[in-house]
Amino acid sequence: MRILAGNVQAAERVPLVDYLVLEPSPHLVAHECTQCGARYFDRRNACASCFGDEFKEVAIDTEGELRSFTIVAYAAPGIEVPFVAGVVDCGGTSVRGNVINVEPDPEHVVLGMPVRLATYSMGADDNGTEAIGFGFEPA
Amino acid sequence: MSASDDIWILGIHMTKFGKHPDLDTVDLGAQAIRGALADAGVSMGDVGILAAGNLMGRGGIGQQLQKQVGQTGIPVYNVSNACATGATALRTAVMAVKAGECDMGLAVGVEKLAGAGLLGAGGQSKDQAKVFEPSGRYGAVAPTDGRIGTDTMPGVFAQVGMEYGHKYGGADFELFARISEKNHSHSTLNPLAAYSKAMSLEQIMNDVMIAYPNTRPMCSANCDGAAAAVVTNGETLKKLSKEQQRRAVKVSASVLTTDPWQEACQVLPDVNTLTRNAANQAYEQAGVGPEDLDLVELHDCFATAELVHYDNLMLCEEGGAVDFFESGAPWRDGDRPVNVSGGLQSKGHPISATGIANLWEVCQHLRDECGDRQIEGAKVGLAHVIGLGSACGVHILEKSAA
Repeated sequence: MRILAGNVQAAERVPLVDYLVLEPSPHLVAHECTQCGARYFDRRNACASCFGDEFKEVAIDTEGELRSFTIVAYAAPGIEVPFVAGVVDCGGTSVRGNVINVEPDPEHVVLGMPVRLATYSMGADDNGTEAIGFGFEPA
Repeated sequence: MSASDDIWILGIHMTKFGKHPDLDTVDLGAQAIRGALADAGVSMGDVGILAAGNLMGRGGIGQQLQKQVGQTGIPVYNVSNACATGATALRTAVMAVKAGECDMGLAVGVEKLAGAGLLGAGGQSKDQAKVFEPSGRYGAVAPTDGRIGTDTMPGVFAQVGMEYGHKYGGADFELFARISEKNHSHSTLNPLAAYSKAMSLEQIMNDVMIAYPNTRPMCSANCDGAAAAVVTNGETLKKLSKEQQRRAVKVSASVLTTDPWQEACQVLPDVNTLTRNAANQAYEQAGVGPEDLDLVELHDCFATAELVHYDNLMLCEEGGAVDFFESGAPWRDGDRPVNVSGGLQSKGHPISATGIANLWEVCQHLRDECGDRQIEGAKVGLAHVIGLGSACGVHILEKSAA
């Protein structure tokens, strides 16, 4: 969890995943192989591409292009449908996410459309901690 | 008869795919094994290795099946490779025979999947966590499926097809639906298919949308089924009857690959590179090219997947899958018939059986035993499966010269 020291408000907000950084402005981070530059959102024991084992944290561009998508009509319980799932090319790094703040139909969601990172509230837990999710919205 | 270390399919069998409420996994698997042994004209006493695949059962399927068909003490390899499990079982048996550990190997894949519903969206708790506690490799405070993209199979493979469309153009909802129309049309000639009714383009496009652009009939059909094959080497085949030699089908290539690292593979499984790699290796092993194929059974788990595999298997030039389909080539009366069995969309997809059932289809044509749906004069065929995660099996089969 990445919470700025002394920021009382931030302690009550947690990101949906640890590679979403909320402060100072929301962005995604990846582990980049220092040898070949391959990027991973989860931890790797060694780079899947070159087997190097040193990684540094890098920020991912918050704007990108929608490279593929689907409009999911049947999903796991608790997931509102239909929703748009897609792959966004953020400055050469492929990112998986939902396309949000758009009508979920093929008239409004088109391949190649420019999108940008956006966050939303997922509600609060019993302790009052608010979870923050992310998606990509039309730019 | 060719070289003594060549590999041959001596016997092969697939059960009817569909609903088998009165048969359990073991019954179905045993039926496939006994069918394959009878087809081969051999018994369990001749078999030196058993490779068995089943994903949804309780494990140890090979030993369970031995108790139904013959416990001879031979080694059993229980294999698991997602939708490529059947091909992996066959490949295991082929490797054992090729290595000279035995003269005959048996591979079986079986699944009870009728009514299984949506696959891939597992592990979701009913209620949202009451405390947002980071867990797992992404430190997630809630399930990510549906919140950060989709894990559902129709959605994953929809994106695979849409990505191709974005890269090369020309692929839209209607084109994908027409691919499905072809396979449903082909299925009308296959009595073993789970679904064998023709569907019009309008019916397909207006059916229930599962994950755009895949409607329900554009998704592989969950069903029960099993398939099994007996493989042997050329040396052993020489000692068998003329009839066995005539019906044996040569395994000209047997290849299994996994997905090499690609930039985007952590966010969308790359089903392309490993298929292209497997196809390249298979064509080289067999000494044939895509233009030599009389029929292809490829892994159309969704209509959106079939399109990309025209390209991955090099049935067309790179980027030319849409034109290839538009030319009519993959229809059963076209230049390069694809999925004349009806494919996974209508024949069905009992996961572990699929990678042997597709070989059964090719064998039937090469043996000229395919009845109404026979591709006349078929001499060479290719069977392909993909298991997400990923694994790809490609086999090239050739008609016996005997």
